[in-house]
Amino acid sequence: MLDQHRDYVLKTVTERGVRLVRLWFTDVLGNLKSFAISPAELENALSDGMTFDGSSIDGFSRVQEADVLAVPDPHTFEILPWGDPGSGAEARVFCDIHDLDGQPFAGDPRQVLRRHVQAAHAQGLTFYIAPDIEFFYFEPPQPGERPVPLDSGGYFDLTTRDATGDLRKRTIRTLEQLGIPVEYSFHEDSPSQQEIDLRHTDALTMADSVMTFRLVVREVAASQGLYATFMPKPLEGVQGSGMHTHLSLFRGDENAFYDPDDPYNLSALAKSFMAGLLVHAAEITAITNPTVNSYKRLVPGFEAPVHVSWARNNRSGLIRVPIPKRGNPVATRVEYRSPDPACNPYLAFSLMLAAGMRGVEQGYELPAEADANLFELDDVRLSDLGVGQLPQSLADSLRVMEQSDLVREALGDHIFEWFLRNKRREWRDYKTHVSQFEIDRYLGSL
Amino acid sequence: MSAHPIRGRCGEGAVVVFAADMPADVARALDMAGYEWRPVPGLPDASAAEPSTGWGAAVVVVGDDTEAAWAFCRGLRRSDTDPVRTLVLIGGARLDELDLRDDLFDDFCITPFHPSEFDARMRHLLAATPVGPARADLVEYQELSLNLETYQAAIAGRPLDLTFMEYELLKFLAQNPGKVFSREMLLSRVWGYEYYGGARTVDVHVRRLRAKLGEEYADMIQTVRSVGYRFGQMRWGATSDD
Repeated sequence: MLDQHRDYVLKTVTERGVRLVRLWFTDVLGNLKSFAISPAELENALSDGMTFDGSSIDGFSRVQEADVLAVPDPHTFEILPWGDPGSGAEARVFCDIHDLDGQPFAGDPRQVLRRHVQAAHAQGLTFYIAPDIEFFYFEPPQPGERPVPLDSGGYFDLTTRDATGDLRKRTIRTLEQLGIPVEYSFHEDSPSQQEIDLRHTDALTMADSVMTFRLVVREVAASQGLYATFMPKPLEGVQGSGMHTHLSLFRGDENAFYDPDDPYNLSALAKSFMAGLLVHAAEITAITNPTVNSYKRLVPGFEAPVHVSWARNNRSGLIRVPIPKRGNPVATRVEYRSPDPACNPYLAFSLMLAAGMRGVEQGYELPAEADANLFELDDVRLSDLGVGQLPQSLADSLRVMEQSDLVREALGDHIFEWFLRNKRREWRDYKTHVSQFEIDRYLGSL
Repeated sequence: MSAHPIRGRCGEGAVVVFAADMPADVARALDMAGYEWRPVPGLPDASAAEPSTGWGAAVVVVGDDTEAAWAFCRGLRRSDTDPVRTLVLIGGARLDELDLRDDLFDDFCITPFHPSEFDARMRHLLAATPVGPARADLVEYQELSLNLETYQAAIAGRPLDLTFMEYELLKFLAQNPGKVFSREMLLSRVWGYEYYGGARTVDVHVRRLRAKLGEEYADMIQTVRSVGYRFGQMRWGATSDD
């Protein structure tokens, strides 16, 4: 079957006059990387991979073991719907990175997710994901200036200055051409903030889709002389951007999260999966919320989760269990609300799956639903309820991650250690920065 | 996995026989008719043992693992120019397995068979006319066209860039317009045995196909509630230009 996929790709390249094939992969921090080959090289690349120097890619090889192989995954071959039609089409294909001996390369996030997805398959389970991705459009940035929104619209607003609505429409059309179906899209709560909800698919395809999505959103904005950002909290005092992630596990055609006889319609498996997410939430936060800025979103008052809790219809909790339309069994799912769109989707999905599956394997008990608005409760009351908090800063979350056997095992030593080293450096850089806040507050008064 | 498409060379070379357990009556019939034959458990062996001139023909015994047999047939059909002529042996109770799989074999024989019928069918299969089963190169439905030779699809003259599975699904649907298919049927006929994702995979791919067809043509694939999908019969006048 793989051969047929290859033949199909090669034929398409010929028939469509593809001039350039971009090989895509993702570094440990979640940046999309690419190098281009000519169509003549593609057949060779599909069977043997293309060697490149990995030492210059963040989180890849050490210098002495520099070369790695990029092996295109023919299932992900797509013609890119932009570029100059006159000079021939361009295509992209996602790659798995291998060592020169053919083993999966330990620094490749896509291989990490592939490993987790396969472990779930071995138990007969398919992991489905649907993320709701938020982002902002801004005027082109001026050095030293605050970002300037394009409108002052709010949640579901149909803005009169239709710049963002038009951008959103172009973006969706491009995504759909690339085979990334969109379920909902709307103006979010903050000025110039958008949300696009992708239709569920299997975890690996979805991680690829999130990478493509971020590129498409930026490309479309840039084509209009504007820019888009997935920075979690670009504006003070208004909501930041999250990537609420809807998760479900299927056993063949059955939703393994669904139980018609349970008052919540949640199966025992769903409950221990949720318990796993809750127990290990703090450990995986450095990956789901990977920047200094991420933690300025995770504060009370802006609909972002702060507390480690779950509920059906309480948007202050970490996990929400949406009530499916017409009690539809296949729509039963859990929504994990802390991740932000700056994360590496391969690693974030891997850890959500690993944390949930740890709960399933060890039969974790799900705590009671926290249906009160947790933002209104004081810390004493919260600790009575057994509700903990997510890490408060990147430094906090790195400290918790460092102690986590689960995260080390799930990411592998290579990525685990590299990520911690890289992010500690980021925190050190931040710590030495003197902010405007400090100048305003202290310069005159002290 | 075979390194190259397995080729057939009609009337010459050994017969490759796929069977979970080689049935004694098939072995005897082949011997009696004087064929050189070789049993294989799967495609990799069929590829490894392939004579330099290609296989003369293939006999596929559909056993309990029907999907394995179809996967074998599908693998043999990879070569566009000279596919191996294939005779399928199948129990009468399983005849529905042949539905919508006509492209995977040239002839079939119901088991248990009479040796002379088997012999006649083999001779017919190997008769030297080097013409494969009639196969249209083009599937067209309204503004959709699929070129089976080049794997290219177009809607209203605009190329549709599809992944292989999207293409295979659309091809299957377009070859059977107006017919309602369950997800399970689509999964077994389009994906075959190797897919573990279940019928939900079908929904995901249909949604992607609709996305690529665009708003105007998305409803060429219609959802038939609690049954599955049907291709074609667009609502008249429902088209709009975006």
